[in-house]
Amino acid sequence: MKKAVIQLETLTCPSCAQKIESAVKSLEGVETESVNVLFNASKVKLNFDDSKLSAEAIEKMIGTFGYRIIKSQVKDL
Amino acid sequence: MQIWVLNQKKYIALAGGFLIAIAFISGRWIGNVIVAERALIVASVLGAVPIAIQAFQALKVKVVSIDVLVTIAVLGAFLIGEFEESAIVTFLFLFGAYLEMRTLNRTRSAIKNLTEMAPESALKQMSDGLFLESPIEEVDIGDVLLVKTGAKVPVDGTVTSGEGYVNEASITGESMPAAKGPGAQVFAGTILENGTLQVTADRVGEDTTFGKIIELVEEAQDSKSEAERFIDRFSKRYTPAVLVLALVVGLLSRRVDLAITILVLGCPGALVIGVPVSNVAGIGNGARHGILLKGSEVIRNFSRADTFVFDKTGTLTAGNPRVADVQLYTDEPENVFRYLAGVERESDHPLARAITEYNGATDHCSVESTDVMRGEGIVAIADGHRIAVGNAALMERERVPVNGTMQSDIFRFEQSGNTLVMVSVDGELRMLMGIRDLIRPGVKEHLQKLRALNVKSLIVLSGDNQGTVDRVAHEIGLTEAHGHMLPEDKAQYISQLRQQGRIVAFVGDGINDSPSLAQADIGIAMGNGTDIAIETSDVVLMNSDLSRLPHALGLAKAIAGNMMQNIVIAVGVVLFLLVNVFLSEWMNMSVGMLVHEMSILLVIFNGMRLLRYKLR
Repeated sequence: MKKAVIQLETLTCPSCAQKIESAVKSLEGVETESVNVLFNASKVKLNFDDSKLSAEAIEKMIGTFGYRIIKSQVKDL
Repeated sequence: MQIWVLNQKKYIALAGGFLIAIAFISGRWIGNVIVAERALIVASVLGAVPIAIQAFQALKVKVVSIDVLVTIAVLGAFLIGEFEESAIVTFLFLFGAYLEMRTLNRTRSAIKNLTEMAPESALKQMSDGLFLESPIEEVDIGDVLLVKTGAKVPVDGTVTSGEGYVNEASITGESMPAAKGPGAQVFAGTILENGTLQVTADRVGEDTTFGKIIELVEEAQDSKSEAERFIDRFSKRYTPAVLVLALVVGLLSRRVDLAITILVLGCPGALVIGVPVSNVAGIGNGARHGILLKGSEVIRNFSRADTFVFDKTGTLTAGNPRVADVQLYTDEPENVFRYLAGVERESDHPLARAITEYNGATDHCSVESTDVMRGEGIVAIADGHRIAVGNAALMERERVPVNGTMQSDIFRFEQSGNTLVMVSVDGELRMLMGIRDLIRPGVKEHLQKLRALNVKSLIVLSGDNQGTVDRVAHEIGLTEAHGHMLPEDKAQYISQLRQQGRIVAFVGDGINDSPSLAQADIGIAMGNGTDIAIETSDVVLMNSDLSRLPHALGLAKAIAGNMMQNIVIAVGVVLFLLVNVFLSEWMNMSVGMLVHEMSILLVIFNGMRLLRYKLR
């Protein structure tokens, strides 16, 4: 299990945060209760099973919504 | 492709605005209606594309977002030939979003400044002994780093060589530079103003005190209180509900324009942004003043606190006991002092430190054995003599006789509110010492400011004797003082206060006061950024300075008030719009969108006022 902290460029509308949250939660291998979208810090924090899902896949999914990823950190849990 | 389009929203808005201007000039001035209409159609389509993409993406993850409503509204306007409406609505929506982003960025500026102070690189010692500039991610625990004058300390660590002065304001809020030499602790994010240091890394990145503070502020900004979680749930239902309402109204009244106007109004934008904005701005203000407010719920509780309970030693007092008064009963004072010095050197009780300091560089005798009597003092054999240093209970145990003169002296000492230490040599009382722990400067004024903020009770709890706490209470104007309290007693007392319905804030130094901090409604730690204080409390006064306390309370109240203002504005605007949709003539989609966007900006600007809050 790994923890990902993804820094996005500024989020402005709360529904953006909602979209990202729903989208990330729908990915296979994501621990849904751990998903936390920090609207004001424009960060996405989540735990995921790295054998089922790669960090790149998560980033790509967020990217399709048009949100630029500034930095991404993955740590062992 | 989609992503590219979404990134061009700014320019699309600009183009839309431009086209609308052309349309107006052409239509109203020149009278060329065809051109005007064409321009409006193009503007509408251009503007609608990014909004539609966003709507589509939201629907894919089953979120009915405001983009969905606006897209349907624009389509509706198109269908009934209202090109002016559709163009203006898309423009306002895109432009509004852009303005929101700009202003929100400014609101979040305080935390941004904080994160920018995080070190990005460090001079790491390589296997060949040379120092190489490396990104901070490549620094590990145990690495040796070089910090030059003017540089940021990159890690939490221990100085191995060198010396200098470090400005620790970012962690402790203390503006006086701290001297550091070998063995000293340094913190990431602080600045070496003078000198050079070699440091071994103990903690790196997010694990440093600085990293933890940043994470704390970020989490706090997004922590949701009851009210906010309610608003969130509400808005998730609200948007689809408006969709249904618009459908129903449209079908019943057969008026498409009415239906689509309702759609546009159905965005709870101001409400959803309004409350967090106050939070963010307020917490940012706090962080800049050395106050960490750990979240929205904490702020709400804190703003309603009516009772403040203080720990005495280290919180109200400087935690630095000094010998204030001495009474001798001997014609060989030097001997007594020698014995005393010897005994106190063996102890690291805070009172012992005070005594040792007072004694200064006297030579001391050798001590053969010491016996610590908990709660009473020390008995030692030194130079063949039996020395007892402690309180009245110890003297009784040692059966030391106390005559009339001594009694009145003892009484005098106790009345002065000092902690009394008695010294006996071979069963005879030889010396009385009064030890005083000075109250921090300015405490009285700071606490009176709390009174001005509607705090009804100021209480001190201490393990010290009642005389001392009474003196303290009298000197700084507290309502109640209780001595002889063990940590469990303090927590118990707080629990009782809460049962009486009071909202209790407890102020302590975080390390010994965990039970009380946990019991209180709001635990306020006078940490200097240390981990324990940060973890266990709700509010942290970063530089252990009570002067920030009134500002903290005032700020919490201001934030709570600001949030309420924003909620009123948001709800008021929605009601106003709804009423006018049905009752007045001039309300249409464009006006509705304009008012909506303006209410969002209004709410953000109102929140931003908190950035400049200062206690008067």
